[in-house]
Amino acid sequence: MSILVRDATRRFGDFTALDDVSVEVPSGSLTALLGPSGSGKSTLLRVVAGLERLDAGAVEIDGRDATGLPPQRRGVGFVFQHYAAFKHMTVRENVAFGLKVARRPRAEIRARVEELLELVQLPGLADRYPAQLSGGQRQRMALARSLAVQPSVLLLDEPFGALDARVRQELRAWLRRLHDEVHVTTVFVTHDQEEAMEVADRIVVMNAGRIEQVGGPRDLYEHPANAFVMGFVGPVTRLGELFVRPHDLQVRRQPNGTTAEAMVERLVHLGFEVRADLVLGDGQRLQAQLSREDAEELELASGQIVFVRPSRTRQFAEAAAGPPGV
Amino acid sequence: MVLVRHRFRGRRLLDAVIDLPFAISPVVIGLALVLVYGQAGWLGGWLAERGIQVIFSLPGMVLATVFVSLPYVVREVAPVLREVGTEQEEAAWTLGASPLRAFLQVTLPAIRWGVAYGVVLTTARALGEFGAVTIVSGRLAGQTETLTLYVEDRFEAFDLTGAYAASLTLAVLALLVLLAMTRLPSHRRKEGR
Repeated sequence: MSILVRDATRRFGDFTALDDVSVEVPSGSLTALLGPSGSGKSTLLRVVAGLERLDAGAVEIDGRDATGLPPQRRGVGFVFQHYAAFKHMTVRENVAFGLKVARRPRAEIRARVEELLELVQLPGLADRYPAQLSGGQRQRMALARSLAVQPSVLLLDEPFGALDARVRQELRAWLRRLHDEVHVTTVFVTHDQEEAMEVADRIVVMNAGRIEQVGGPRDLYEHPANAFVMGFVGPVTRLGELFVRPHDLQVRRQPNGTTAEAMVERLVHLGFEVRADLVLGDGQRLQAQLSREDAEELELASGQIVFVRPSRTRQFAEAAAGPPGV
Repeated sequence: MVLVRHRFRGRRLLDAVIDLPFAISPVVIGLALVLVYGQAGWLGGWLAERGIQVIFSLPGMVLATVFVSLPYVVREVAPVLREVGTEQEEAAWTLGASPLRAFLQVTLPAIRWGVAYGVVLTTARALGEFGAVTIVSGRLAGQTETLTLYVEDRFEAFDLTGAYAASLTLAVLALLVLLAMTRLPSHRRKEGR
């Protein structure tokens, strides 16, 4: 079911969390809201859920106006960063909560809970309390709980933010597979560009209460609309007015007319890649990223003089800090 | 609830007022209640016209006790409520639960030990309360006399046996309440928090 947010504005005192934001989430998509902290991404998600009210603007879910509806009547599933598990209830009771509220028959609740625990790979833990589960298990329980009531959209607020790196990696892949299975329109908030790129098929980049760009992961990386997006979705280095990805900077031993002279200041070996910190003649610093083979062939060493030339660059007008059309 | 969850003008003032009974003598509180609810008081006259007598009767005594023990409950429950946060309640809302249901089935169970602890402290405080109650009760023997007031009454009348007997009862009751209180934190630990 699609979500449509129109001209949404939300202020907290002097702080504008959402500044005239409009965005559409197509039915069945897996969308990431990506941005630094304070960019308004969580506020936007909470506005869709009805947990936060709007100062101006409208929210439509599945073509129906939901702006004035309380969270109970929006048909959304919401997953919190810190799980929001009902600590005094067992896993089974947690997952069954929404179904009990909806007064489903007991046999149906039982069957549905079993099915969901199977789906989130927690069968056999139904009678445990949340305190007896690991972080990853608690978050999967929270997900099962929100899916129980068959929401038309699933909203996740930094769902993996409280988990350690390895579990986070597992759950990302798992969420992707789950979405392919369940097909419910899903929106998740993250400040991690890698997470957004890996899991989502659409990314909404936010900054300072506005939307900077909307697009697919590859689209954003290769055709960023402005300097902010370019810097946020991947590494970036500057060569005068030009923005360059460090892997698009060619390093040579000999000049060839179009190259600039630079000195290798420091080399960092990161397994298969080598990162070189360079200083140009005018004192400007930039970074190059090379494969180990290339670095060995060039016999790079710190203090050495090299010649660099960008193979791909982008240039943004200063006004590019403003929001593009959505 | 209001104190923890909402930010509003005068919040700090309300916060301070709640602690007032800690700082001022219970006798003063009793006098203040007489001033407001007494025959000649601000509200007393209006209530008396409707046949409700507050001062020198049970409502007044309850009011005095509530007022004196309010900070104990608030100071016990507020930190627990703050720690629990609002997310569990919000989760319940998105699952379709009404605000009342979310409070009763999710928030209240989560803060139940804080509330229980506050109630026990209140009971302990109420048993021993003398100052405020002595003013508003009127001390009508056998009617509006608390056990503590009775002890003082017997003592004044040189009935030492009676005073000692009542005191002993009071001490045993207090001990039981405090024993109940020590049991609560052990429950809290059992839940693994």
